[in-house]
Amino acid sequence: MLPDQLKEIPSAVALEAQFPAAVEGGHNQRNEPTLFIAPGSIVDVCRYLKGDRQFVRLSAITAVDWLPADPRFEVVYLLHSIANNERLRLKCRVAESNCEIDSITGVWRSANWYEREVFDLFGIRFRNHPNLTRILMPTDWEGHPLRKDYPVHGYKYSYQAE
Amino acid sequence: MQELKDHTDTVAAPEGDKLSGSEETSSRRMTLNMGPQHPSTHGVLRIVLELEGETIMSAAPDIGFLHTGIEKQCEVKTWQQAVTLTDRVDYLANLSNNLVYALAVEKLIGDIEIPPKAQWMRVMMTEFTRLNSHLVWLGTHALDIGAMTVFFYCFREREDILRILEMFSGQRMMTSYIRIGGLALEPPRGWQHAVGKFINAFPSKVDEYENLLDSNPIWKRRTQGVGFVPLEDLLDLGVTGPMIRAAGLKWDVRKDEPYSSYDQFDFEVPTRTENDVYARYRVRLEEMRQSARIIKQAVEGMPEGAWQADAPKIVLPEREKMKTQMEALIYHFKIVTEGFRVPAGEAYQAVESPRGEIAYYVVSNGTSHPYRVYMRTPSFGNLMALPALIEGRLLADSIASLGSMDFVLGDVDR
Repeated sequence: MLPDQLKEIPSAVALEAQFPAAVEGGHNQRNEPTLFIAPGSIVDVCRYLKGDRQFVRLSAITAVDWLPADPRFEVVYLLHSIANNERLRLKCRVAESNCEIDSITGVWRSANWYEREVFDLFGIRFRNHPNLTRILMPTDWEGHPLRKDYPVHGYKYSYQAE
Repeated sequence: MQELKDHTDTVAAPEGDKLSGSEETSSRRMTLNMGPQHPSTHGVLRIVLELEGETIMSAAPDIGFLHTGIEKQCEVKTWQQAVTLTDRVDYLANLSNNLVYALAVEKLIGDIEIPPKAQWMRVMMTEFTRLNSHLVWLGTHALDIGAMTVFFYCFREREDILRILEMFSGQRMMTSYIRIGGLALEPPRGWQHAVGKFINAFPSKVDEYENLLDSNPIWKRRTQGVGFVPLEDLLDLGVTGPMIRAAGLKWDVRKDEPYSSYDQFDFEVPTRTENDVYARYRVRLEEMRQSARIIKQAVEGMPEGAWQADAPKIVLPEREKMKTQMEALIYHFKIVTEGFRVPAGEAYQAVESPRGEIAYYVVSNGTSHPYRVYMRTPSFGNLMALPALIEGRLLADSIASLGSMDFVLGDVDR
């Protein structure tokens, strides 16, 4: 269901009319429209927004770790429409037990590296990604640094332990 | 986009190094490892190239060599301390990064009003950053292509800009001059004179670079018609900034989503339609002229008044007040020891950096430390288009295309 705050945002209203089951809520705090999307329909929602609502740009994909909440992760999609001068934020909640979501590389090619980055730093897997490997950390790295239970320093190379 | 599969097998050894049999060798594919220390990759970038003769069949950028975990480190700093980390993301656009972080946090705080003088000062300083970045870009880009002289001319002006930055902040590069709530320091005495002197002379310097390069037939032959990618592909691949404008799309965050009183300045957004390396050079050259115009307007119309917000819980008190007033001393102690709290929530702010759209997505959980700072850096998005720019073209042109993207590897890897 769409909250009242978002009733005046045309693309949010259109999206809800198109995919009533996919929109799980949202808010418009600080004039930044945000929608919670069911993870299963993220690809369809993105394809619709790009094709019919002129969101030609995927600004970025990132994630937030809300440990100890369940579902633990929020995957955040930051979309931008140059033609309508409009920005929209989509969020999908992903649980730790089933840490997977569909890749949207088929919609925007720029999703490729952003999804690799989220995989690298948070350990969220993207189904159907063409090359889901680490991008910033070395290939043999263990753990996912931006998770909240990953220490800031002293994890592996602590001089004091010797 | 073809990606790097195996890290170990990148430079293929020539099989049985026979130099005879020219028909055979010419059709054989060669894997060439460009970087991570190649001078024209402008930092630590490695590109694995598949060559057939001199034609690049596939290119796979390998990044991450400069990853320092800045986003993770932000989470253990207080809100104000994290400003110093934002400088280090991109050494050529430090003030743009300061600005976007400060704006995002100020958006989260909500009831904080930045006085006009601070806003104008922020505009002026970020425009200096743009000049600085474009000058370094022009000099090194021309150097890559073989026009050496421009480099010295550009660095002469860049030195003047760094002196001005030092005059304001005490630092040449990692300035941290824009803080949450305003500026770090009061603008120094006589700054109008120093800035005015530089900015009056600057437009003629841009003409100088233009003369040097545009009257050079080698420069034109090596840049015109090189590195074309359709606009739709550029947008789809996440490219922003001057590259998009050189493809004919008039999109600039400063105009479309004005921040920090950019709407009060009179400037043009230059565009070109050729969409090649030469067009990107023309766009950046014109942007330098426009930045000079903005700085000139800022010097002439700089508002009077405070340079920090009237928010004692966020902005450090004046030194004199701290010594004489109990209140100010308490605030100072609180801000320095534990920092200020920022209301829970999230904010997303985009600004136009010299390279394109920088956007920070800042999440707070109501404490005195950021919960999450995500940096959408322009170089990361731009670099993703690299294979599209150089695949199927000549190896020699890849240097020109690479340079025209203007990325900073620190900005890519964070």
